[in-house]
Amino acid sequence: MAETMTETKKVKRRNYNNVAYIMVAPFVIVFLIFSVYPVLRTLQLSFTDYKGYGELNFTGLKNYLRVLTDKYFWKSLGNTLNIWILNIVLQLGLAFLLTIIFSDIKYKIKGLSIFRCIFYLPNIIATTSVAFLFKTLLDWRYGTVNQILYKLGIVSSPIDWLGQTETAPYVASVILSWMWFGNSFIMLMAGVQGINKDYFEAAAIDGAGRWTVFGKITLPLLKPILLYVSITSLIGGLQMFDLPFLMFNGTKGDPLGVTQTMVMYMYKFGFETHQVGYASAIAYVLFTLILVVSLIQFKVMNGKED
Amino acid sequence: MATHIKRAIIYIALIALATVCILPFILMMVNATRSGREIMTSFTFIPGNSLQENWETVSGYFNLFLGFWNSLKVAIPATILTSYFSAITAYALAIYKFKGRNLIFYTIVIFMMIPGQLGLIGFYNLVSSLKLVNSYIPLIVPAIAAPGTVFFLRQYVLSVLPPSLLEAARIDGAGEFHIFHRIVLPIMVPGVATMAIGGFIGNWNAYLVPLILLNTPKKFTLPVMIASLNSSTDIASNQGAIYLAVAISVIPILIVFCFCSKYIISSISAGGVKE
Repeated sequence: MAETMTETKKVKRRNYNNVAYIMVAPFVIVFLIFSVYPVLRTLQLSFTDYKGYGELNFTGLKNYLRVLTDKYFWKSLGNTLNIWILNIVLQLGLAFLLTIIFSDIKYKIKGLSIFRCIFYLPNIIATTSVAFLFKTLLDWRYGTVNQILYKLGIVSSPIDWLGQTETAPYVASVILSWMWFGNSFIMLMAGVQGINKDYFEAAAIDGAGRWTVFGKITLPLLKPILLYVSITSLIGGLQMFDLPFLMFNGTKGDPLGVTQTMVMYMYKFGFETHQVGYASAIAYVLFTLILVVSLIQFKVMNGKED
Repeated sequence: MATHIKRAIIYIALIALATVCILPFILMMVNATRSGREIMTSFTFIPGNSLQENWETVSGYFNLFLGFWNSLKVAIPATILTSYFSAITAYALAIYKFKGRNLIFYTIVIFMMIPGQLGLIGFYNLVSSLKLVNSYIPLIVPAIAAPGTVFFLRQYVLSVLPPSLLEAARIDGAGEFHIFHRIVLPIMVPGVATMAIGGFIGNWNAYLVPLILLNTPKKFTLPVMIASLNSSTDIASNQGAIYLAVAISVIPILIVFCFCSKYIISSISAGGVKE
């Protein structure tokens, strides 16, 4: 009886399944046109001296050799990492500290949902608006930040936050961590809440102290998420564009180009000086860097599951 | 006793951090009501009375309502397309067994890891050869294919949809599309809503792609319009107006957040426990 049931089910299934082609067709068509094709087209253009118009002249690996020997490209990688490193230290450090505080079994801090919302607030605002808000607040002569610092007696003369090489990249780092620490905190906290409560109860029965619980249970179980957050942040960080682009005078990356990121550098060639072929090669070098990072991530993630 | 004091210190620190998150927005709102001269010479938390004047300055530069309207014209259709087509694609990938299913699934996973900027130049090249530069079509139609959303919703369908429900519906003679629209889609609503809100915010805030595609101010979405402040103003004389323009661009998202924070938080949490 049961066997004949599965038999008929199988026969019917076969008919049902054809519907799936119609269901996935719009996705597949649009995906091929607007996602797959542009990626392949960029690859093709990266082997040409295309200027945005005219015919394609293949130049082999010329663009790639130029990227690899272009000191401004490497400088833009350095700039990007320079901004990213302080950002990730602050962002993850703060998120981690908050996770410790909110998961502490002794203090039982309340108000997680409210604090979580407030900490996340800076992240939902358009980067364009954030950039202008801070650009105006940090304005050298008339900005509110310098006024507050002056009033409190912390500085005696206004600081040119956005105009000097010693502060500009780090101002960007701090704003980015202000935007993203809430996001990291929510992810870490979700990881803690996903830990089986039995572990904590068992530890409590065994009389383990809260630091032992933290070090032996919470931290090891949180490690994969911590890695996931930091690596996705690096992938996102390598693509940094909006904030420095808007705060530091477009693709020039003022002052003295120290805030020029890799994507700004690519944008400059692709959309300002019309060296589209070269810009495409920059995109693929950037992609290769991100791919390497992603593969490391994959390795780390799979290593965890084994 | 010591615990009480420590707990109090922790709360104070948390409130201080919360203040740091909110303070720039408060300064923004206060300064939006003050004149450029007042902002230049002093700072205060008491609103001024130059709101009207600042508004006139802002409207002299650009029509923010048009920017609003343009952003809505892009973000709403894009969000609807992403939600519907991701749901149906995710459902098909999760439930049916068909040739190419794994190929589609793995391609989705690979494209989730490919940075958006990789195809940017090819994308612009494609759009310009289709003569669609300065049109909203290339900002809206690609939303049909959102790999990350499909990936998330596929897992979601697998976890919330009891297979017996489908069998029952089929025995009742319901067609496959009917089953999806009448039975599956309502069950998927919480997951789809989570993705839709994230998608809406992403579309509303998008800057780089609209920047390269839109070239007449009449078509500018809100972020592109705000960014054009860079070239159109002398910051010193119009700070109040800049704060007001930024404030107006921020308020709708703040309202969305007030109503949907639960969904937004849960979508990020989903990312945290995904692995």
